[in-house]
Amino acid sequence: MAIEYQPKIVGFLCNWCSYAGADVAGTSRICYPPNIRIIRVPCSGRIDPLLVVKSFQQGADGVLIAGCHPGDCHYTEGNYYARRRLALLRPFLEYIGIEKERFRVEWVSASEGKKWAQVVSSFTDELYKLGPREMTLAKGTG
Amino acid sequence: MARTGVFICHCGTNIGGTVDVSKVLEAAKSMPTVAYVDDNTYSCSEPGQASIHDAIIENRLDRVVIGCCSPRMHENTFRKTVATAGINPYLLEISNIREHCSWVHGDDKEAATDKAIELVRMAVAKVASLEPLFSRQVGLTKRALVIGGGIAGIQAALDIANADYEVVLVEREPSIGGRMAQLDKTFPTLDCSACILAPKMVDVAQHPNITLLTYAEVQDVKGFVGNFEVNILQKARKVDHIKCTGCGTCWQKCLERTPSEFNLEMGKRSAIYIPFPQAVPLKPVIDTEHCAHFKYLEAKEEGRDLPDCNICQQLCPVSAIDYEQEDQIISERFGAIIVATGYQTFDHSVYHEYGSGRYADVITGLHLERLLSASGPTGGEVIRPSDGLLPKTVVFVSCVGSRDEQKGRAYCSKVCCMYMAKQAIMLKEHDPEVQCYIFYIDIRAGGKDFEEFARRAQEEYGTLYLRGRISKIYQEGKKLIVCGEDSLIGRPVEIAADLVVLATGMEPSIGAAELAQRLKISYDTNNFFIEAHPKLRPVETNTDGIFLAGSCIGPRDIPESVAQGGAAAAKVAALFSQDVLTTDPMVATIDPMLCSGCLLCTQVCPFNAIDTQVTRDGRTIALVNETMCKGCGLCVASCRFGAADLRGFTQQQILAQVTSLWR
Ligand code: FES
Repeated sequence: MAIEYQPKIVGFLCNWCSYAGADVAGTSRICYPPNIRIIRVPCSGRIDPLLVVKSFQQGADGVLIAGCHPGDCHYTEGNYYARRRLALLRPFLEYIGIEKERFRVEWVSASEGKKWAQVVSSFTDELYKLGPREMTLAKGTG
Repeated sequence: MARTGVFICHCGTNIGGTVDVSKVLEAAKSMPTVAYVDDNTYSCSEPGQASIHDAIIENRLDRVVIGCCSPRMHENTFRKTVATAGINPYLLEISNIREHCSWVHGDDKEAATDKAIELVRMAVAKVASLEPLFSRQVGLTKRALVIGGGIAGIQAALDIANADYEVVLVEREPSIGGRMAQLDKTFPTLDCSACILAPKMVDVAQHPNITLLTYAEVQDVKGFVGNFEVNILQKARKVDHIKCTGCGTCWQKCLERTPSEFNLEMGKRSAIYIPFPQAVPLKPVIDTEHCAHFKYLEAKEEGRDLPDCNICQQLCPVSAIDYEQEDQIISERFGAIIVATGYQTFDHSVYHEYGSGRYADVITGLHLERLLSASGPTGGEVIRPSDGLLPKTVVFVSCVGSRDEQKGRAYCSKVCCMYMAKQAIMLKEHDPEVQCYIFYIDIRAGGKDFEEFARRAQEEYGTLYLRGRISKIYQEGKKLIVCGEDSLIGRPVEIAADLVVLATGMEPSIGAAELAQRLKISYDTNNFFIEAHPKLRPVETNTDGIFLAGSCIGPRDIPESVAQGGAAAAKVAALFSQDVLTTDPMVATIDPMLCSGCLLCTQVCPFNAIDTQVTRDGRTIALVNETMCKGCGLCVASCRFGAADLRGFTQQQILAQVTSLWR
């Protein structure tokens, strides 16, 4: 019997804006789907593309990255580096067979609890539509 | 083998009401390295912390995971708890099962419980790979640098000096005093600006803890909080200020005359000069561009002949004139820096409709201040710059270079509404026959006694306020015709004025952006410096040890600048009250074996926290300055060789979280 498909999502959130924004979603009790697993990093600029690829390799159906709005990075420019680096990552993901819709980068501020909940909901919805990812990346290799 | 203790907090019913804590504990028991599990009603309460403390000791735990609220809430609390039980405070991981789980999945208890288990599993995986971290202590130089000798900088310098720390105050002009020294009266109390400022200037000059460096500029800044190394350029004054007594013979006898910058070119000064009578220091500098002696020297070099002059040198009773004096670099160490570089007024020549600066009798508010001032170029008589006649009809135009996106100035300069009201009052006081008109967009009088003051200008002094922008100003005979629209009655108005005063807005002083780059602090699109937090850290920057005060952050009036100068000084005093600085150990590291020396990290680091070092085998590689590093991890993600890593968020630790998922 096929188990019901539940999208698996890894979220990398910068500590200063987006992680705090997700906290605000909590304090305001805004419900969103439980599929996401949040990993706290100091800044979106810390996110090594390898971490994204490893997440997919681990079986994630989607990876979400969230950082401060451009101009608001706690370290002034980390998210600019992140933006460029992750833009370059996207074609590579497609190259290795991961649809570009499975990888999202969003800017969520420390006050945008509502936006955070919307981002997670819409991403989860989208992954439901896309269905499970074909296991193009074998676990444990590379 | 690590022995991890997992503690799950019910947080009353905040967590326990949604997440089945007993299930989470059950699942945690079988996670790798977990040696002990327990729950608390409130882990952060005193009994909660005590039970964690005791469990650590009784079960010889060496790492701790706490499933509770956000680490942004209580990470520090629990670091202290584990430290009291003898565990390195950095061998703790918080699993956020409240804000990120129970509070947002209250609608699905089963899913919330499953997610909580997974979140705890991630934390357990990470905690196993954590390493003990140790903060370091560095010494600090208890001497402050204040850049800018306006009222904000003066206040900051005095307050730090009164807290008994040394201060160096650097001002690029020949005298301190800044813009406030140019003002006649201040709103809304009509205090004489110079009279309330001058005593403070004198206090600066006489304070044993303050070293005053005027006619000097900050050239470059290296280092970090507690240990800045600064080079200051002392421009050649051509006058030995140690010998000079400020007797005034030289500037009285000097034959050259050149427009005075202080009086906005409305009066003249000598080539050896003090900018204004109350200048501090009351010792002159020679403006070599206009001095006959230096013109003679220059001509001689070019083979031309000009008469020489050295009257000042001949007449100086203490032989203080030193034509040979050169620029000098002063290198000093500082523990903290306060930037208070202030503002300048907007250049209205971009407004073609107001004559682009062509009409002599279209002046700025600051010009009017100088005309109103008893020590100004006219001795306090307000006359038309063109013909010296007394103006009877004066029109003020507000928001020139403020609230005007087309001119690239979207912000409100905040003080103009009030200074226009004040000037209208002062004009009427000077000459009861004067009629003032103020074209305004809004009257912004949001300050203590401001509204009342603006009302007085209208009711007691008969100033006519007309709401609307000016479309054109042109000359007709001796009059300036001001065309505008009274938008309240929707009709065009035309006024034949004798004098037009443009309320030009504030913009950062020239060179602000370059200074910000030298200091590595951020500035906005208007070149105003950016505070660390606009509400909660209004006088700090994102660089530790560098503080801000006054209009270099944005338009400020005098009391705000004074308050900020004092606030920045208090921050400095608090910093200096420590004998050593403790650094955050969650900083970047570079593995010297893996570093290729490409030094890309030095380019991406926003804090200049990466130095270089030469290894014993002669390779140049990167080296993290742990005091300057803020732990953002930019270098880690850009290092192609995996040499850079970030303590507390290492590649291995994050990967441990990832690979623990969906087991
Ligand atoms: S701190 Fe949020 S993106 Fe840099």
